[in-house]
Amino acid sequence: MRFVDEFRDADKAHALAARIAALCEPGRQYKLMEVCGGHTHTIYKHGLEDYLPESITLVHGPGCPVCVIPMGRVDDAIHLASQPDVIMTSFGDMMRVPGSNGAFFDANARGTTIKMVYSPLDSLKIALANPDKRVVFMAIGFETTAPSTAMTVLRARAQGIKNFSVFCNHVTIIPAIKAILDSPDLRLDGFIGPGHVSTVIGCRPYEFIARSYGKPVVVAGFEPLDILQSIYMLMLQLHEGRSEVENQYARVVPWNGNPVALKAIGETMELRPYFEWRGLGFISHSALKMREACADFDAELLFDVPGVRVADPKACQCGEVLKGVLKPWECKVFGTACTPETPIGTCMVSPEGACAAYYNYGRLNRQRVPEAISIEPSRP
Amino acid sequence: MTQQLASTPPSRPRRVLPTGEREQQVLDRIERARRRRPKLREERITMSHGAGGKATHTLIEAIFLDAFRNPLLEPLEDAARLQVGKATVALTTDSFVVSPLFFPGGNIGDLAVNGTVNDLAVAGATPMYLSAGFILEEGFPVADLTRIAESMRDAAAAAGVAVVTGDTKVVEKGKADGCYINTAGVGAVAAGVDLGVANARPGDKILVSGPIGDHGVTIMLARGELDIEADVESDTAPLAELVASLLGAVPGVRALRDATRGGVATILNEIAKAADVGVLISENAIPVRDQVRGAAELLGIDPLYVACEGRLVAVVDGDQAAQALAALRAHPLGAQAAIIGEVTAEPVGLVTIKTAFGGTRIVDLLVGDPLPRIC
Repeated sequence: MRFVDEFRDADKAHALAARIAALCEPGRQYKLMEVCGGHTHTIYKHGLEDYLPESITLVHGPGCPVCVIPMGRVDDAIHLASQPDVIMTSFGDMMRVPGSNGAFFDANARGTTIKMVYSPLDSLKIALANPDKRVVFMAIGFETTAPSTAMTVLRARAQGIKNFSVFCNHVTIIPAIKAILDSPDLRLDGFIGPGHVSTVIGCRPYEFIARSYGKPVVVAGFEPLDILQSIYMLMLQLHEGRSEVENQYARVVPWNGNPVALKAIGETMELRPYFEWRGLGFISHSALKMREACADFDAELLFDVPGVRVADPKACQCGEVLKGVLKPWECKVFGTACTPETPIGTCMVSPEGACAAYYNYGRLNRQRVPEAISIEPSRP
Repeated sequence: MTQQLASTPPSRPRRVLPTGEREQQVLDRIERARRRRPKLREERITMSHGAGGKATHTLIEAIFLDAFRNPLLEPLEDAARLQVGKATVALTTDSFVVSPLFFPGGNIGDLAVNGTVNDLAVAGATPMYLSAGFILEEGFPVADLTRIAESMRDAAAAAGVAVVTGDTKVVEKGKADGCYINTAGVGAVAAGVDLGVANARPGDKILVSGPIGDHGVTIMLARGELDIEADVESDTAPLAELVASLLGAVPGVRALRDATRGGVATILNEIAKAADVGVLISENAIPVRDQVRGAAELLGIDPLYVACEGRLVAVVDGDQAAQALAALRAHPLGAQAAIIGEVTAEPVGLVTIKTAFGGTRIVDLLVGDPLPRIC
């Protein structure tokens, strides 16, 4: 399949792996963080770590938008969905994220109507088709998805749709990275920068990481060769003693971002003074809310949102996993009390979460898997 | 020609680190936890319980197996095998709630016939008689019901079965979604046929009878919620003839399954668990149509978990795999059959895949339906 298979070429991967290995200095350990959950997913789904020398460890960062939503916000959303005549719409992977009293799926079993949508714009279709209902979109995600929420609000306003609003939980990536950089218990050598976020914000916002913290950043695409090449670029910077922001994903990411998308966000949303992140706690100026000009579409103003705060379960070490201090399997409850069926922490819920990715794809003693498989490949 | 796939990555030098040992301890603990009897924690049924993944398995084991436990039910195969007098008979039942009712390549009617026919066929039975139960919603167009019944008639004729008994119920508007169908079927099992996933043993090969995921992707697109168009239609088809020619040509067939809800991945997991073996497959070897791969890629789901309605998975003695492949390919429904992997001694209970990229990962059961990822 074009535009996919080229980026999954095993021969090229072998060549890159050899060049990466050649850059490893003997005795030195390298810790690289992939910030974005999409990267985590790719790494596990394609078995990319098989190509890395043992001295390189990939640390799975906080860029899974589902994983960082605190339980209290899930409870708030279910409260909203329980109001009379409300249809809530949500992205699919939010459906199983546990609040303190179950997830959206469980709420639906108790009587709410929370529908899965693929785009926020689908919520407008639902609003138009159900004029006697109030449609609330559960907006989550980094700058990646914020523009589509913004465009939806702008379109709703242009079309005069009155029965649509947004429960805004959009977060911004830079404060989260900064929180991690400032975390005392962390040693990282470099960052695989998020790809999709950067299509919107560009590469400039990462410059402080290279300048002030002296860590190289390579913005990376989502195919396995993209990530392998980014690791090579990071290793080359480390080898040459450089710390710069580089763009591996230039086929999609403009250096200065997407001004149209940024304008749409700016028109509809503004920074919150602070927002709670699951596992990371409160981070100032790290999330977006609807602007006053869009108050008609702000579910937090239209409805009485209880503002539930729920402490993360004590046993859960999502915070340490998100910061890369612990590997998923080092968490006390990993795989026993906390599994994809019964997630305690959100890292286990979304397939992009570090724990779910490791549990679903990587829970494996590779020495027990036969090295080669002897069958005739049948796909051309 | 058998060849070693070139995509095996350089074997990573592995010192025995304390970390590695600790990780292995955790992995062992997880495996023990997974072997425990699953507990149903939910207080109410959620959509996940119907998706064919872990949640469905837990529900079946915790509620139904617990209530009905008997040796015929316990293998949880697609059909039960019973002795009636001197004859061995296979009995199965299946309910159909597909939405939309009509989709490219078929409708709920042929699906309901083929589904039950296939459950009998993969049990090694010759499908013979079907029952059909209809639950209709008040207001449902008679013209649609006629179309459905005609499709059932044609599908039954194609599969060589007769619908010999039935039932009709009508519920108030809003209490059902148009039309639901339940079919049950019986078939005769020839002497000496003993198929079951527990029969799999190391060295066996695993085959699929054609490209996977067509039905599931067709249904997702036919719902019209995705604004994606692709030239793909359901693979719904009766497999009895294909199975008969396979069983006739190859004595060493150990197990057959039709890859419906939960897809091929779910069946491979059932093989690994039932037979206490490992299953290793090669991504490069799995036939998937480009349209299906493309749609699945866009949605962030894996075709391995997407339902088929006219594809079977076969576990065959390794020495007879080439014969089995030839037998499948000789039939139009198996023209694109492929050997996709093998049964291994280790790691017990796990399905692993060599990715096209050259890495290795697990293919686990999903909890519920595959959820599209947001970015």
